[in-house]
Amino acid sequence: MLAPTALLFLPLLAGVLINGLLGAKLPKWFSAALGCGAMGASFLGALIVVPLVSGGAVGDQVLWTWMAAGSFSVDVALKYDALSCVMALIITGVSFLIHIYAAGYMSHEDERGLSRFYTYLNLFVFSMLVLVLGNNYALMFVGWEGVGLCSYLLIGFWYDRERKTGDSTYPSQAAKKAFIVNRIGDFGFLIAIFLMFTTFGTLQFDAIFSNAQIAEGGPALMWGKPVLWWITALLFVGAIGKSAQIPLYVWLPDAMQGPTPVSALIHAATMVTAGVYMVARSNVLYTLAGTGPSLVAPVGIITAAFAATMALTSFDFKGVLAYSTVSQLGYMFVGVGLGAYGAGVAHLMTHAFFKGLLFLTAGSVLHAMRDVGDIRRMGGLSRKMPITFVTFVVAALAIAGFPFLSGFFSKDAILLAAYQQSQWMFWLGAIAAGLTALYMFRLLAIAFLGQSRDQKLFDAAHESPWVMTLPLIVLAVLSATAGAVLGLHEDGLFYRFLADVLNAEHHGTTTMTPMFISVALGLAGMVVGILIYRGKSVDQLNRGNAISALPRAKWYVDEAYDAAIVRPIHEASRWVLWRFVDKWIIDGIVNASAGAVYAVGGVLRNVQTGVVQTYAALILAGAVVLLFVKGLL
Amino acid sequence: MNLTLVVFLPLVGAIVLALAGLFSHGVADRAMRDNALKAGALIVSLVTFVLSLAYIGASPDPVYRAWIPSIGSVFHLRMDGISVWLFILTTFLTPICVLASWRNTRSVPAGVMSAYGDDGGVSGERGVAGFMVALLTLETAMLGTFVAYDLVLFFVFWEMMLIPMYLLIGIWGSPGTRSTFLFGRVSERVYATMKFVLYTMAGSALMLVGILYLRAETGSFDLTLVTAHAAEGFDRRAQYWLFWAFFVAFAIKVPLFPFHTWLPDAHTQAPTAGSIILAGVMLKMGAYGIIRFCLPLFPDAALFYAPFVSVLAVVGIIYGALVAMVQPDMKRLVAYSSVSHLGFIVLGLFSGTNAGVQGAVIQMVSHGISTGALFMLVGMLYDRRHTRQISDFGGIAKRMPAYAAVFVIVTFSSIGLPGTNGFVGEFLILLGTFATEGRAVYAVFAALGVILAAVYMLWMVQRVFFGPIRHSANEDLTDLTLRELAVAAPLVVVVFLIGVFPKYFLDRMDADHAVSDLRKAGSAKEIVRVSPQEGGSGHGSIEVHAPAGGH
Repeated sequence: MLAPTALLFLPLLAGVLINGLLGAKLPKWFSAALGCGAMGASFLGALIVVPLVSGGAVGDQVLWTWMAAGSFSVDVALKYDALSCVMALIITGVSFLIHIYAAGYMSHEDERGLSRFYTYLNLFVFSMLVLVLGNNYALMFVGWEGVGLCSYLLIGFWYDRERKTGDSTYPSQAAKKAFIVNRIGDFGFLIAIFLMFTTFGTLQFDAIFSNAQIAEGGPALMWGKPVLWWITALLFVGAIGKSAQIPLYVWLPDAMQGPTPVSALIHAATMVTAGVYMVARSNVLYTLAGTGPSLVAPVGIITAAFAATMALTSFDFKGVLAYSTVSQLGYMFVGVGLGAYGAGVAHLMTHAFFKGLLFLTAGSVLHAMRDVGDIRRMGGLSRKMPITFVTFVVAALAIAGFPFLSGFFSKDAILLAAYQQSQWMFWLGAIAAGLTALYMFRLLAIAFLGQSRDQKLFDAAHESPWVMTLPLIVLAVLSATAGAVLGLHEDGLFYRFLADVLNAEHHGTTTMTPMFISVALGLAGMVVGILIYRGKSVDQLNRGNAISALPRAKWYVDEAYDAAIVRPIHEASRWVLWRFVDKWIIDGIVNASAGAVYAVGGVLRNVQTGVVQTYAALILAGAVVLLFVKGLL
Repeated sequence: MNLTLVVFLPLVGAIVLALAGLFSHGVADRAMRDNALKAGALIVSLVTFVLSLAYIGASPDPVYRAWIPSIGSVFHLRMDGISVWLFILTTFLTPICVLASWRNTRSVPAGVMSAYGDDGGVSGERGVAGFMVALLTLETAMLGTFVAYDLVLFFVFWEMMLIPMYLLIGIWGSPGTRSTFLFGRVSERVYATMKFVLYTMAGSALMLVGILYLRAETGSFDLTLVTAHAAEGFDRRAQYWLFWAFFVAFAIKVPLFPFHTWLPDAHTQAPTAGSIILAGVMLKMGAYGIIRFCLPLFPDAALFYAPFVSVLAVVGIIYGALVAMVQPDMKRLVAYSSVSHLGFIVLGLFSGTNAGVQGAVIQMVSHGISTGALFMLVGMLYDRRHTRQISDFGGIAKRMPAYAAVFVIVTFSSIGLPGTNGFVGEFLILLGTFATEGRAVYAVFAALGVILAAVYMLWMVQRVFFGPIRHSANEDLTDLTLRELAVAAPLVVVVFLIGVFPKYFLDRMDADHAVSDLRKAGSAKEIVRVSPQEGGSGHGSIEVHAPAGGH
């Protein structure tokens, strides 16, 4: 069964190679068509495989043995089960739409730039598919770092830009930060891999999961925690980095320096959800280890609420969406952390639709506003950009959990799990749901409603071309209907499809209470958001108070990291390690030994006077000493 | 293909070039003469490379001839699964060095020698010939070191490497007008050259004592016999001394923290080709020596000192990375990154696991490719701008897109991105170390180096390539020429080849395997020995023995 999976990967590989090697010489339309065509072919491949998966026909496919040394061996092998199938469909489908959108959005780039963009974009989807289709943790790590590379390349796509006044960062800086912060997470992932290998002797999913019970009752490894606890916790460190949770979320807001299609694809719809996929994929381990309720879900829910405060105060269109993404990822971790793996994955999917859509509308707005992202200079855009506005409203309603739109189903399932297991998590989640509605409709009211705040920009604003609005419409339809169509209600089609892979846990009875609470808070948030922020002038918006100042300054987390970690390491390396230890101590000893030899030579050479009488005297003295030593004198 | 022939082919080429250089003295067309000499060196090194490729399939028959019977030394050359990749790495990098030196080597009339010397290029009437002769002689010395199977022969090749490298750095190194006041007033280049040679020789002296002791103990210099003797085990106390006699020599060469301070100096002063060879091959000599001598001959001592050596390795990994981070000079940065990367190799060698040792060997090759490529790329920039200061650049990706692309690929290979060569070695080393009992925490600390590698490399890339162009001198930088692209391309291909199909390289390492399927999962207490088989056609092999009372 090589054919279908080859269909997923090979077109993208071809796209990467052709655009990557020849790109600068290809006409722009060709680069774009190649990139989109490769992506479309890959999406088609993902669709073709669906019936095979539900028929149970596709197992693991070993392509070649990647590396082997001693008892260690790992294959390049693909796994195509229900979970990877769903992930592949989401990834290729949303990516395809965004590839098309980008042809319009990036049309101002030159030949070299456009082909470079599509090379990176195709390479990203390729890596993302490796991540979700690999049948072992080593291959997952390959995809994991691969998407990190593409994220680096795409955030820094406009590499020659400098810091603009008023901005906290700029593309090449943001790209570097993203990669390094992710590497910190990857460090945990890597150690988890080593731990799994020493525990199970393999890295393959099925082999590990079927042996997981063995490790469960094993001896405590460190600090009284069993090895399985460490494995899952360290894996989660990786997830924290990739999926931008506390304390490693700081790279994601900066990543908005990348082109907006990149933000939509990588930093909303696909890559950042990799951590959620990882936990869902490892559900057997998490269920046994019990790390979910004690670690994953709490981190998720705190992140969800914390990030919402920053989304509520940001004046940057994409900034609001970035913090919203961090917050929504937190929800997904609450789902998978509390054993509601299906709910977590469902929210992953609906979020890919509505957040991808939100970012694309943001791109449409930026396109119209000449790259001005400050919402204080917007206002009244609904009159200029009707399609963008309507699709934005649909997405905003979906994320706010408006009844029967997609977000409603997935968020409700997560909050239900929280309600059944932990009251504090539920209430924090419900409040965050209210905040979600509030910040989305604040954004809507400021940017799209009321009067324009910058007449010149407003006059020039225009609706985007069809190549950009068409993906908006498709995603809007998906955001609105996915819940009902795909069966996201309890025991619906979606959950049944995934049932084999994700071991559903049921805690207590189903109840409508959490749904009513969250919908009520959501509706309240929407109304309050519109009422407060509609028609506000710039001065009124700027009028800060004690409550909003801190979250608007991003709680000074970046500054704290800089002062507590980055600066000290840097300065200590420069002044202590290099200038002092290396130059003075270590090299000093080396030079001192050489100098000592030199000095001794300098003294001894005085003996070589060339005067025969001196030598005779020395011989005599030597003879006397010798005789004395021998006891003859 | 006869091993002796391949080893000495570059030396023969060097002699021919030297004669050609002498007799073409009167040729008026300097450029033509220079190009002919360069082409000659290129052909010789390429032929050597092609011939050596035959060894990928199977190791050649060992060469065994009487050499100095009076002292019991034999001319014994032998290749196994470990030396084969290092051997081919050497033959692969040498033509690249010739091509990388194409632009900045040319001869000028004797009268303007000193003035021209400050160009960082080649000076002197016989500049080109001398340079290429040194390079080819160095190749023979390196190849010989990797296949010598007699202690005296090994020592001869080992010391033979020093002289050409001494000349390459000392004559063709950086112009360096600044001087240092240590030991009189010498230029930084001369200081670095002397430091490199004297430091290495200090280590070699200890090794020579060890070699003589082994001769007294076993009655032979032939490594086959010495190893057979060692299998019965030397006296423990003697092992502890002998281990250090050899290990210090190798640790200096590696260089293992804290013996590393000669490296940044030597690299900064060396010409591009010198840096490529130094980082690509010569540093591996130390690690190779550890595999070939320290581990198999003194296994008890190696096991005893493994934790201590591993601590030094881990310190080196983190220390090298942190110091690399704050370097203002690109070459110095890459040099300190080598200290960090070589720490991984030593860590893997002393892990005592197959994964760790094989990972270390792969890492030796990988580091040769990646760091060799980095030095080459820095050299290309130096050719254009005559500076290596990071702060002199910025935004040059705009002017040199192809160069930037290659540089970024090599950077990520150096960072150890999966799919590139850098990942395989580091991953296996860390895995092997982690699996060694009591060594897991070493692997955890070493893995911090993986984070730091991203920090120092990406920070450099950002400052050199990204942002707007700040210095007007960078405005008219030209992108890679066809020649430069041709030199860079094979390196990039190998980066992915090893990264995607490492099994091919790993399998060859134990292709001559005698024993031992290690698939007893979790058993990580094997000691790796390299031991010869009886009989003429036997190749060295990695054998794994479980220590008494293991498991």
